[in-house]
Amino acid sequence: MSGYALSITLALVFLALLFVLLSTRRLREKYAAIWIALALGVCVLGAFPGLVLWLTRVTGVEVPANLVFALAMTVLLAVCLQLSGEISTLEEETRTIAEEQALLEARVRALESAATAQASQVPQARVPALGSTPAAHDEQPLPAPHARATDDAPAPTDRQRVPGTRG
Amino acid sequence: MRSAIPSRQLVVLPAWNEEAALGGVLVEIAETLPDVDVLVVSDGSTDRTASVGRQAGVPVLELPINLGVGGAMRAGYKYAERHGYDVMIQLDADGQHDPRDVPKLLATMEEHRADVVIGARFAGTGAYTVRGPRRWAMKLLSGTLSRVAGTRLTDTTSGFKACGSRAIALYARNYPAEYLGDTVEALVTASRAGLVVRQVGVQMRPRAGGTPSQSTAKAALFLGRAVLALVLAMTRPRDAVAERTAERTPR
Repeated sequence: MSGYALSITLALVFLALLFVLLSTRRLREKYAAIWIALALGVCVLGAFPGLVLWLTRVTGVEVPANLVFALAMTVLLAVCLQLSGEISTLEEETRTIAEEQALLEARVRALESAATAQASQVPQARVPALGSTPAAHDEQPLPAPHARATDDAPAPTDRQRVPGTRG
Repeated sequence: MRSAIPSRQLVVLPAWNEEAALGGVLVEIAETLPDVDVLVVSDGSTDRTASVGRQAGVPVLELPINLGVGGAMRAGYKYAERHGYDVMIQLDADGQHDPRDVPKLLATMEEHRADVVIGARFAGTGAYTVRGPRRWAMKLLSGTLSRVAGTRLTDTTSGFKACGSRAIALYARNYPAEYLGDTVEALVTASRAGLVVRQVGVQMRPRAGGTPSQSTAKAALFLGRAVLALVLAMTRPRDAVAERTAERTPR
């Protein structure tokens, strides 16, 4: 088998593998995009070897093989950059989720201790619940949850259910 | 055989930085659909979207990060499933979808015993025109999906749909977050899982911010992505829909 036929075959096998990975959701489309472009590129160059020679002439490169290697390295570099970017984004998102979870936990604890204090009828030291107004220990539902003049007081009463929705 | 228990319905509005339009949409829904519950899913909004929802007295899911429409909707489907809703309607928060069309969707669902009903922009109602590669892409999508679903579907990228309890259970588990996944692939997944998909024509209102221009390059890219999304959706392993248990309205 000539070198070109081999590379085309390998590229097609690679495409099939990409397809399976995409299909079973082990790979997301945005990550497959560069690999698909690479595999198609290899198929095209393998089918039309004259293209590489033309490219070599146009770019002023001495040896065609060097151009191919340079292109391959560029693609790999692009993939690395993409992944680095995605990881950075993921880290930021993870930070945000961790923060929100911690804040939520604090609110729940405050609610729990307020509920316990109320239930046991023992006068507790007024522990300022994080992010809530002093009326937080009031368990009665708001009569008109939408009639709030100022918004974004992060009171736990935000979480009161609108009448009509169930558990 | 219909039981006397009325079905519980939920409208879900995925919203990403829609503080300007959301208030008006919520008022409209309250006026036209008084018996339907509402949920706003703020998709990592950095503006006052969530507070607008709260001020209207509506439950708000505040996602701490932006997940995209598919991500926001799966959260909505999970909410609907856990709260035992029988029907869930997806409606845009920017005012493009008319709440008065919701009874149309529900009537079609009842009439055809459908699990998913799409509000279609070009089913004869309204003057919504596209040209060029984008049009070819839409034709390819509607042609393929019509064959898969076994019914005539003309608008496969519409975000206006109503889902019954079987579809809610499916989508709470599996709702794609990729581009075109939340519309095209969601329909394919439902059809291949054995759910009934139907559509009904609705009038699309112009978006407050004007019509987005579509360059040929962008349209061609859309076509490519549509083809990929379609091929992948068709070849993914089928999702088994759980047996219908404890349905409130026996069919």
